Amino acid sequence: MSLMKKSLLYVLLVLSALFMMFPIVYAVMISFMQGGEVLQGKLLPSSFSFENYQSAFQQVPLLHFLMNSLIVSVTVTAGQLIVSSLAAFAFVFIKFRGRNTLFFLFISTMMIPWEATMVPNYLIVQKLGWINQYSSLTIPFFALAFGTFLLRQQFKTIPYELFEASQVAGISRFRFFWKVVLPVSKTSIITLAIYSFLTTWNMYLWPLLVTNNEKVRTVQIGLKQMQSQEVSSEWGIVMAAAVIVVLPTLILLFAGQKHLQKGLTQGAIK
Amino acid sequence: MKTGNGLSDLGSGLLYLLPSLLLFGVFLFYPMIRTIYLSLFYTDPQGNPIAFIGLENFTYLLQSEEFLNSAKATGLFVLYTVPAGILLSLFLALIANLKLKGIGIFRTLFSSTMGMSVAASSIIWMFMYNPSIGVFNKLLNLIGFEGHSWLLDPNTALLAVALSTIWMNTGFAFLILLGGLQNIDEQLYESAKISGAGSFYQLRRITLPMLSPTLFFITTVSLINSFQTFGQIDILTKGGPVQSTNVIVYSIYQDAFVNYNAGSASAQAVLLFFCILAVTILQFRLGEKKVHYQ
Repeated sequence: MSLMKKSLLYVLLVLSALFMMFPIVYAVMISFMQGGEVLQGKLLPSSFSFENYQSAFQQVPLLHFLMNSLIVSVTVTAGQLIVSSLAAFAFVFIKFRGRNTLFFLFISTMMIPWEATMVPNYLIVQKLGWINQYSSLTIPFFALAFGTFLLRQQFKTIPYELFEASQVAGISRFRFFWKVVLPVSKTSIITLAIYSFLTTWNMYLWPLLVTNNEKVRTVQIGLKQMQSQEVSSEWGIVMAAAVIVVLPTLILLFAGQKHLQKGLTQGAIK
Repeated sequence: MKTGNGLSDLGSGLLYLLPSLLLFGVFLFYPMIRTIYLSLFYTDPQGNPIAFIGLENFTYLLQSEEFLNSAKATGLFVLYTVPAGILLSLFLALIANLKLKGIGIFRTLFSSTMGMSVAASSIIWMFMYNPSIGVFNKLLNLIGFEGHSWLLDPNTALLAVALSTIWMNTGFAFLILLGGLQNIDEQLYESAKISGAGSFYQLRRITLPMLSPTLFFITTVSLINSFQTFGQIDILTKGGPVQSTNVIVYSIYQDAFVNYNAGSASAQAVLLFFCILAVTILQFRLGEKKVHYQ
């Protein structure tokens, strides 16, 4: 590659990065500004003050919302890993009649948009007495067809002979699952965990429906609530809260980007 | 327990699948059937069916100006977000797939919107669209134009929400497309180079055909996602001004949880389901024919 071409490409890359990162950087800058600077429409704060961050934690129960989101996201992630890996194991290592039909049933769940079922789902959760409970925010999401597929792809790379040999040696099915299948699939499981955590942390519509007080409300809904209350005057505080909300998932994404890309490609295309 | 005979295999197979099947049954299949059922009824404010009315909910919807408007808003929204979003992500994936020093940093930056929640992103864009202090109007003022109330003008509100959505969705589409690009066999490019093919020729004759399954996949996913948009509408415009951004999921939400009309909401949900089903079937049909698999 010629030097000319190379520098042209770097210019393109930098311009694109500026375009993609602008809203995020802009939000971070606003979060450090004092009220007056925000209202003048400045791009950079004159000095970096953490006052908005302090106020965000003081004026709304942000810490409480963050804890709720953490509890919900970790629970859903664990639930999805357990439920999906069990199903994927059955689809790869247990041969039984009707397996293909069941697999087709799993595929078909991907065609049902979650929004098309939200009204009866809300009524079910209400009847179960799960409104404003962690259970409504977690349990309905434990089964995940995408996760089952992703792990099935991975489990299929384990030689079936290994399973047969373990059977001959008298090792139980569950022990094989626990001691062999899961450990060798660590990478795929981490990928799925990152994906699950990211999507659960960022969930919006369902937490909006099933929480109406601060008890188990997640941070995304807390953010919306804050924005509608503070929008007129306190943009700096709202932006500080927004930055706090995206920080965990951004860090997770940056740390796991390579994994995630590989896993998503595998789950998507094969 | 001795394994290997048919019955115990069936039993333990179902045992491993039990959690999934139970959850899908309670929170997906049953609600889907219930949605179809409710769409054929008048309902009380608690969402219980009162009187069977057949397809009346549907015929009412198809004649109501509000619903037709919502269908139009959804259609336009899909049109605004899907092609532009894919082109942007494809462009980013192509330049991020080059072998240059420090390219990893750019890949990370380009994928970053995947970590941004809809709520946080919408709030940031809301500020950018702010008529008096937002960056868009500040820029316009700088080059001598009047500012504009982007989200309050029915002519620009949907476009403004679409623009922010394109940005929000780029990270995910970028990651998928980059993965697709990296799966292309390096040797194809080597032999093209030996025969003296230029980079545009390589893009048209190797990259795009080999990427077509991925492109096709991401098109389908983007279409489906676009039909399901909710969060940015709820935060940025609440369906307004004058219904111009009242896309279908927002309309379902309003009918069910603001107007307490579960019947009408369910009928709309059934229509949404068929739209998405049509897109998915199209993906399989067209995908088999048109797409070039390795």
